[in-house]
Amino acid sequence: MHTHLLAAEASTSTSRGLTITLFLVFVAITLAITIWASRQTKTATDFYAGGRQFSGFQNGMAIGGDYMSAASFLGIAGLIALYGYDGFLDSIGFLVAWLVALLLVAEYLRNSGRYTMADVLAFRMRQRPVRTAASVSTIVVSIFYLIAQMVGAGALVSLLLGIKPGATFLGMDAGRAKVATIILVGALMIVYVVVGGMKGTTYVQIVKAFMLMTGALLMTILVLAHYKFNLSTLLGDAAEQSGKGTKFLEPGLRYGVESASASATFYSKMDLLSLGIALVLGTAGLPHILTRFYTVPTSKIARKSVLWAIGIIGTFYLFTLALGFGAAALVGSKAITAQDKAGNTAAPQLAQALGIDYLGGDTGGSILLAIIAAVAFATILAVVAGLTLASSSSLAHDFYASVVKRGNASERDEVKVARFSALGIGAVAIALSIFAQSLNVAFLVALAFAVAASANLPAILYSLFWKQFNTSGALWSIYGGLAASVILVFFSPVVSGSATAMFPSHDWHWFPLSNPGIISIPLGFLAGFIGTKLSKEDDTAKYTELEVRSLTGHGAH
Amino acid sequence: MTTEVPSSSTERYLEVQQSEEFGRLRHAVRSFVFPMTVAFFLWYALYVLLSAYARGFMSTKLIGNINVALVFGLLQFVTTFLIAWYYSKYAATKIDPIADKIRADLNSTSGSAASEGPGDN
Repeated sequence: MHTHLLAAEASTSTSRGLTITLFLVFVAITLAITIWASRQTKTATDFYAGGRQFSGFQNGMAIGGDYMSAASFLGIAGLIALYGYDGFLDSIGFLVAWLVALLLVAEYLRNSGRYTMADVLAFRMRQRPVRTAASVSTIVVSIFYLIAQMVGAGALVSLLLGIKPGATFLGMDAGRAKVATIILVGALMIVYVVVGGMKGTTYVQIVKAFMLMTGALLMTILVLAHYKFNLSTLLGDAAEQSGKGTKFLEPGLRYGVESASASATFYSKMDLLSLGIALVLGTAGLPHILTRFYTVPTSKIARKSVLWAIGIIGTFYLFTLALGFGAAALVGSKAITAQDKAGNTAAPQLAQALGIDYLGGDTGGSILLAIIAAVAFATILAVVAGLTLASSSSLAHDFYASVVKRGNASERDEVKVARFSALGIGAVAIALSIFAQSLNVAFLVALAFAVAASANLPAILYSLFWKQFNTSGALWSIYGGLAASVILVFFSPVVSGSATAMFPSHDWHWFPLSNPGIISIPLGFLAGFIGTKLSKEDDTAKYTELEVRSLTGHGAH
Repeated sequence: MTTEVPSSSTERYLEVQQSEEFGRLRHAVRSFVFPMTVAFFLWYALYVLLSAYARGFMSTKLIGNINVALVFGLLQFVTTFLIAWYYSKYAATKIDPIADKIRADLNSTSGSAASEGPGDN
């Protein structure tokens, strides 16, 4: 027992050194790319849209790199490892959502917009109020998402570097290491965005997507090889090790839980539907995803990049299925929850177990653990950079140039403001994340999707396809959908009134669901409709222009 | 900001929008993307609803430990891939040629590259 413990300690320190080395290599490579990209970044189009010269495959990879967050990689693998089938439900929503982007949004946005989501929303509206609204919702969505990612990064680092409570690393205890990680991640994302702009950020995302796909593929092959490529044996073993039997392979352990209380069961099932609808409708309203469509030369290439993205993201979620069930079978839920109650370390722990079995014992385990840990950090960095870029672009292009300067800002000033905005938003995100680090903020990702689906998507779809839609309708749908989702979540059990809430010792909740989508999304669409009908403004000429341009690509930037 | 368009362009856009050719383009787009969106949304909604309310059906074992829920979930992947592939084929043959032609016409008749925002690419 004693020697075993020593060996484990030694392997942790090898792994820790290797993780840090690999992570530093990633940082060095991406910083070099960023500096190279900064030399290529001269115009506003370079800064906001990477010069619009990326190929369909490159942008598809970058979309994958922007989209597959730590919540997807570590989160979904962890959910599957602990709750079995229900973790898979998340990934299906995240994937099917891309059809909304493909069929209804990507090409038309590319044809009629320039740098931001607001370009399309404000096309035929009064510029200042609509751009202000779009900017507010862009920044709110991005900040929620950023805090969730950065707090997650802070929590992960102590786990992945193996800093146990009471132990120290470079003189830091776990709490200080958390804060240091949040600051480091924040500082790096600011550098990527301020220095490299969209070009630098895109390459960071491409490199990350490549690393993530390679790492996940390698682990998937090892898991499947362990079970001689028999999926049924893998599932059977996972179910047995989970201690929950066949229930583990069926829906219902996490979402739509059936309990003795009829009302609790009812609300739990409504919550599942609410989550499902927000996942599928949220993606096409996420500002950091929408801005990616501007980085390619034409709408046809935008379409191609979404096709690549669907292929890459779909394949990745199939990998997470093997990783999640593999972790359940080979690591076991007891060992996973001992490390992290939310299961976020399931994938790294699986890497270690696979390495020990297949790559030469403890050393192999440490190596594979280190690789996957470094991939996880790279994943977080690429996503937060995308979010910072989208929100600072909107602040500079929508708010500064159109609202403050009324369209009279020079291109140079606009880009300068965008860079300062990235610094500012990054600093705010770091401060909020440090403040929120000990709170349970995992719900913020679902909230970001809910806001995107309730506030942004109705405004985008009405703008593109409904002739009568007007300024009043756009403001009603954006502010209405935003307010509805944020208020409902504030009074939901994820913020107060439950053991896993953000403020578990308080209780001001009255809304029974954790996910607001089932109420807030219809409300967003309804508000847009009512707002439109309440105003007499009706700019047919501008709609004519938007329709012709969005469908044909005439006059596209 | 949208590009500045001379008011004569407004008439030009209206003329194009009213044209029979543009009508065909709009029809080609809308008759595909709207029904397809409704279809995949209902198909996904069915999956989520069954996961919530038809637990017995979803837990039916098919082969070994592989049950209906897993197959249904994987089918969502298959249909997503298929719809994406089918749309790309459809767009390339039914949408792009009309859109390309109208755009080429607009570019040649409007003549003014001014509305293209040169150097902005």
